[in-house]
Amino acid sequence: MKMLAVLRTPKRLNRSFLVSFLLFALLALFGAFMAMPLIYAVNNAFKPLDELFIFPPRIFVHNPTLDNFFDLVAIMGNSWVPLTRYIANTVIITIIGTAGHILLASAAAYPLAKYRFLGSKTLFSIVVLSLMFSGHVTAIPNYMVMSWLGWINTHASIIVPSLAFPLGLFLMKQFMEQIPDALLEAAKIDGANEYRIFWSIVMPNVKPAWLTLMILQFPMLWGTDGGSFIYSENLKTLHYALGQITQGGIARAGVGAAVALILMVVPITLFIISQSSVIQTMATSGMKE
Amino acid sequence: MQAETATGKTVPKPVQPTKTSKWAHTIKELKRNKHHYILMSPYMLIFFLFTVIPVVFSLCLSFFYFNMLEFPRFVGWQNYSRLFLNDDVFMIALKNTFMFAVITGPVSYIACFLFAWIINELSPKIRAVMTLIFYAPSISGNVFFIWLIVFSGDSYGYLNGFLIKYGLMLEPILWLTNEKYILPIVILVQLWLSLGTSFLAFIAGLQTIDQTLIEAGAVDGINNRWQELWFITLPSMRPQLLFGAVLQITGAFAVADISIALAGFPSVNYAAHTVVTHLMDFGSIRFEMGYASAIATVLFVIMIGTNMLTQKMLRKVGE
Repeated sequence: MKMLAVLRTPKRLNRSFLVSFLLFALLALFGAFMAMPLIYAVNNAFKPLDELFIFPPRIFVHNPTLDNFFDLVAIMGNSWVPLTRYIANTVIITIIGTAGHILLASAAAYPLAKYRFLGSKTLFSIVVLSLMFSGHVTAIPNYMVMSWLGWINTHASIIVPSLAFPLGLFLMKQFMEQIPDALLEAAKIDGANEYRIFWSIVMPNVKPAWLTLMILQFPMLWGTDGGSFIYSENLKTLHYALGQITQGGIARAGVGAAVALILMVVPITLFIISQSSVIQTMATSGMKE
Repeated sequence: MQAETATGKTVPKPVQPTKTSKWAHTIKELKRNKHHYILMSPYMLIFFLFTVIPVVFSLCLSFFYFNMLEFPRFVGWQNYSRLFLNDDVFMIALKNTFMFAVITGPVSYIACFLFAWIINELSPKIRAVMTLIFYAPSISGNVFFIWLIVFSGDSYGYLNGFLIKYGLMLEPILWLTNEKYILPIVILVQLWLSLGTSFLAFIAGLQTIDQTLIEAGAVDGINNRWQELWFITLPSMRPQLLFGAVLQITGAFAVADISIALAGFPSVNYAAHTVVTHLMDFGSIRFEMGYASAIATVLFVIMIGTNMLTQKMLRKVGE
């Protein structure tokens, strides 16, 4: 009965119980479909080898074990490039890429959100237009730019372009428009210059948007395999290492599941922490007509 | 100007600023706002270097023959005519991409809205959990490898295992190497992954709808949730709907990673070949940069065109 009480939200008008029930049944059904692979991934990481290759296959683990994680450490300890190296590469790329993106996108969003000046409208229109095509379109000239800059085989080739993704600037600008002008005026009267206003007034006020940019940027960088820019083994990322392990075959299947769990847990945990801030920022995400 | 000639009157012209004073004015403006430009410069520099210039460069390069070794040679429209007239694989790729886009685009867009709409009626705690469940696949990136196990071709594959166990079939099916099944499977996994940023935007948009508007609507005779949806909810959310559409369309046309992960590259008989995988084929394997740029340009035009068209249509929602 407690379950059904959820359906009766008294503040809402025009609701029939039957339709609510059917809609929630639909939601639950698709929710199960969405969640099943994730539940499976979690279970898989704790399965002993005989359960991984059982017929018929089962989703839930019966005798959970941590062996897969120990095996992972053992295998990677013997490999040419230690696991810590892959982790360090991924962490470096992710942290610099995410923090830098938040800083640069905020700095660019502040003038666009609060002032009108020569070129401001055009620049923002270009950013909005670039939301409308994916990065695949520019893959080839990007490679040429990279090789011209001499950035092939460096982490910069992954980090630097990610600093200027258009979605971050767009969301940040929309969110900053909410900051009352009076606040900025007051700071100006107190003698603060633009940089001071940006850093000590605007930035603290857009913390929810920082978290949003983080949750959009983080999984992308965390899951990068270096693409077509990084070739040296000791510069590769954790995702790439996962690919190598899973290609190792049956004996490594458990280890692969363990790495997959590690890769998956971090972004999901971050989202759980930042969820309410993300929703708050997204509320301003609309495109005006 | 037109009014002037029509009435025949000579209206005193406004003082035309001379060229130098116009320049002076511009420079003054630039100086006055110099802090703004300084704040924007790091972002804009990178944005232009890695987004704007590559697009322009790609447009230009599509008229050249360029293999990274020799100096580019101008060939005019030849790349495009070869693309549309002499490249059967491109036609398959184009057909597949449109199949993906036509199915995953609208379905995931409607699913994003529908689930957001139902979730919005739940109590806050359950709402947070359901949001997480639906959003998690799109941020846990690499987890789509699980679908490889589900659709694995031997009897250890989950789908085969279950179907055999319950006696629905006798022999395992090679899901990912059978032309018939590849495309639907990639579409299914793409749908699973596609409830991303626009889903969050819709949830947020629904939460910001003015409750007094709904109450007023009830007074004016709206008496079920479907009317409320069409006359109040959708029009109030138009900005979010437009934003969500842009993200979903762009994503729907850019399918490649999942196709490669599930069906391989190239897939059996090009069954899951898309414009993006075709682009990768010519760009990073055959090094025909001019031709690859022509492919990129076609994709660019399709993406922007579809977005513009959809934006126009969505502006009419609820009117």
